[in-house]
Amino acid sequence: MTIPPVPYAIAPENAATVSAEEQQFNDLIAADSRIEPRDWMPDGYRKTLIRQISQHAHSEIIGMQPEGNWITRAPSLKRKAILLAKVQDEAGHGLYLYSAAQTLGVSRDLMTDQLIAGKARYSSIFNYPSPTWADMGSIGWLVDGAAICNQVPLCRASYGPYGRAMVRICKEESFHQRQGFEILLELMNGTPAQREMAQDSVNRWYWPALQMFGPPDDDSPNSAQSMAWNIKRFSNDDLRQRFVGMLVPQAEVLGVTLPDPDLRWNEEKGAYDMGEIDWTEFHEVLAGRGPANARRLQRRRDAHNEGQWVREAAAAYAAKQAVKAVA
Amino acid sequence: MDHGQAPVATEPDAHGHVDVDTVQLSAELVEAASVASHDVAEYALWLGDDSLVLAQHLGWWISRAPELEEDIALGNIALDLIGHARSLLHYAGAESGRTEDDLAYWRDEPQWRSAHLFEQPNGDFAHTIARQFIAAHYLFELYSALMESTDATLAAIAAKAVKEVDYHRDHSIQWVLRLAQGTDESRRRMITGLSDLWPFVDELFVDEPLIDRLEGVAVRPSSLRATVEAAMIPVLAEAELEVPRGFISSGGGRRGDHSENLGPLLAELQVLARAHPGAKW
Repeated sequence: MTIPPVPYAIAPENAATVSAEEQQFNDLIAADSRIEPRDWMPDGYRKTLIRQISQHAHSEIIGMQPEGNWITRAPSLKRKAILLAKVQDEAGHGLYLYSAAQTLGVSRDLMTDQLIAGKARYSSIFNYPSPTWADMGSIGWLVDGAAICNQVPLCRASYGPYGRAMVRICKEESFHQRQGFEILLELMNGTPAQREMAQDSVNRWYWPALQMFGPPDDDSPNSAQSMAWNIKRFSNDDLRQRFVGMLVPQAEVLGVTLPDPDLRWNEEKGAYDMGEIDWTEFHEVLAGRGPANARRLQRRRDAHNEGQWVREAAAAYAAKQAVKAVA
Repeated sequence: MDHGQAPVATEPDAHGHVDVDTVQLSAELVEAASVASHDVAEYALWLGDDSLVLAQHLGWWISRAPELEEDIALGNIALDLIGHARSLLHYAGAESGRTEDDLAYWRDEPQWRSAHLFEQPNGDFAHTIARQFIAAHYLFELYSALMESTDATLAAIAAKAVKEVDYHRDHSIQWVLRLAQGTDESRRRMITGLSDLWPFVDELFVDEPLIDRLEGVAVRPSSLRATVEAAMIPVLAEAELEVPRGFISSGGGRRGDHSENLGPLLAELQVLARAHPGAKW
């Protein structure tokens, strides 16, 4: 892979005024090295990372719900075990990511409070419902597939704890995508009702999965700065294009139709042309008016509130033990 | 401070590649070297049903636990129990040519063999912990003894399960102590949880006629009572909890007489599989 050139670390006209620590930061970015928690970093860099990492952590936690919905009803014990393991991985990813965000000086309690107060964002994809078993396949194949395209470049993100967390997360995500593909393959090789269930699910998840890459490049306000800081490595549209290029042959293996009548190979550009994405829907869901926004947040809030007495008990017990240890 | 070069990432396209192979949980399945006799198969059902019913309850907690660490811990325990259930049901079914899924999804309530303790609802976190505390102590002593079974398959399943159940036992003990000695509210809830679950302890130690026919193969339930209680009582003492007294459930799960909780649990477990008879997943 060719590493894209670093566009600019500092504007030349400001070069004379940068402090030694800022210069060191700029040099590290220019050399494509890691920034570590104790290093000096610009406020904007810190804020951008806190926003991105905490949103990512929240997405993992909220993302447990659409799949958690099917653990008790999984149609075979093997599928039940795999699904349980997958949802548990997501809780683990949430934990790593909250830990990575904590290294930037924000507490997990604060991030949790922001989430349950509805003040923090998470990936809008999880505001879609999972009414059928085939959705376990589509979430793995399309949603985790899109997540992998987004996340693999993040393994090289300039902030060390984030990049390292992403290495581990990506390994598990590729297993998740594979199991999703396998669920759909089994359904497509099954009865007419199973095939119909699979196609219906792909129809519902395809467009929301494409929206996961974010708005088009000309409408993505934070992208340029994130790319300059080596947090983001590829543009939204580039990643979306790669993803579609990856999906088409896989859809052929599955025998499912991707629900875009305008999807066709463009010989000239060496990539697929695709239909218009409905960004109105994207902004509606982002604004909290998606099919399951309220339900997802309410579940998180209920778990938090109903668990309050348990967390208080654990804290009180730990404090009593600490006193005993001193005595 | 180490500012080493960022690791070279794998090409995104490479990660998008999907291998169409089968995800096997082979480590979770002990391949039965022999086919169980009818009685041994029935005994394997007792054990397998207990684990599967408990796992089904615990799986509900994922995304609802009091903290993320508990989502993971309860999920882990459920996953271990599903593994035990799969091994046991696989073995139980071989005798009649049925798969683990035939047994899990296509038996009606009277054909299940779970004890009532395992069927009890999650309740609040203290109820779940009280159920875990009793269940894990029982299962630990059971599998410890079953490792000596003359049935090689049961002995092998027990040897694997006992290590995992030991962890479940430790998890439950830590929470019993925290809840009993945490706050007034947690103590009140722990006492309620324990007294609601304790009536179902007795059934675990009842010797059904089947046991007489499986000398050396099965573990005689009544023989476990002393060791299970000897392990639980010191923990309750440390937690300053009294052993509950009073109502004792008559049980009957091993004969197919179940609590009211099993029906709805099975309805949820089986609903999708039964909507598509003959389908593969």
